[in-house]
Amino acid sequence: MNAFVAELGRECRLALRRSALTLGPVAFFALAVVLFGLAAGGGGSYARGAVWVLALFASALAAEALFARDQEDGTLELLLLHARPLFMAILGKLLAHWLAVSLPLLALSPAALLVLQGSLAGGGALLLALVLGTPVLVCLGGIGAALTLGTGRHGVLLALLAMPLAVPVLVFGVAASAGGDQAPFALLMLAALLTGSVTLAPFAIAKALAIGQEY
Amino acid sequence: MRDPPACGPLLAAEGLSWRGVEGRLFADAAVAVGAGELVEIRGENGSGKSTLLRMLAGLLPCPGATVRRLAPVAYLGHKPGAAADMTPIENLRWAARLRGEPVAADRVDGALARLGVGLARFRSSGALSAGQQRRAAWARLLLAPPQSVWLLDEPLAALDAAGEALARALVAEHRQRGGAVVCATHASVAAPPAAATHSILLPM
Repeated sequence: MNAFVAELGRECRLALRRSALTLGPVAFFALAVVLFGLAAGGGGSYARGAVWVLALFASALAAEALFARDQEDGTLELLLLHARPLFMAILGKLLAHWLAVSLPLLALSPAALLVLQGSLAGGGALLLALVLGTPVLVCLGGIGAALTLGTGRHGVLLALLAMPLAVPVLVFGVAASAGGDQAPFALLMLAALLTGSVTLAPFAIAKALAIGQEY
Repeated sequence: MRDPPACGPLLAAEGLSWRGVEGRLFADAAVAVGAGELVEIRGENGSGKSTLLRMLAGLLPCPGATVRRLAPVAYLGHKPGAAADMTPIENLRWAARLRGEPVAADRVDGALARLGVGLARFRSSGALSAGQQRRAAWARLLLAPPQSVWLLDEPLAALDAAGEALARALVAEHRQRGGAVVCATHASVAAPPAAATHSILLPM
């Protein structure tokens, strides 16, 4: 538990101090929503889908920063050497990352709906679906970032790796946001993806980081 | 000088081999270090000293080797091991909490003061000079459990003459307390009265 708290506290502190870096993906999300609204016009039925796609892109963009700095300054070595259990430390890191990147996206999502469809209709369903779906995106991004850590500059590789895995989140996320008959099932599927990824991703990330130390 | 307590090894490894991208670095190396002992690993640049240390630390896999770690390890590598955007105090407290042994604030202050970077403890680590960063990294070793095995990779790099003398004194103190040291280095970290216990030369 110590390792969890230590890593959560450290990452939150760093996210605040590196605010320019942290806010990059959030700013990207906000700008893209506005441009989308300007280009495609308001009142579109595509609004929820667009919010999901942009949330996915923003998550992928943010994931690159998860371990790169720690690898450079040597704190990743200390994490791998000393964090016991490593699982909890990585979970703390992922939670801090979600707080720093996904939470602002959730806060912006009603405004995004306003811009894209001109009303707040279905805002509650979208928000609920995003609450369940964005942690999965963070976990997938974490796996991608850990796997590509040893390969130098890796933005493109990361996107290629994480995107196919994120497709189910996108499909169920949009279905859950749309309301209607399929929404309860889609929400359950999102919840299942969430439980699965939160329990399994830290193990995968720990293994990938260990392998990355060989290069 | 009191004789260090004698007992079994705190860290013992046999059959360490590493095949790098450019071919074999070393084969069947063995390292054993007991309480109060200092083992120095020597060799030319590129002979695999850092790799050997990282294997001992557990950062690299050791295929076909047996590695027994009977005491906690503390690793001092080339990288500072501190986030540039946090102060030395915050970095040290994080490292201690990560081990599951939170340390009191005055112990952190004491360790930094011992290394002569007490005044810089509220600045961000990234703003410190290379030598100061190195000293802050040494302070991390002081917060490790007393009987731990220090794994030092070129620990005198970037230190000034006073820093080198201080580092040798800290190594001697750690050995007297019953700790052990494995050090990859060109300049010995042994203080004059207490020489290195063993020296391992990696062939090129």
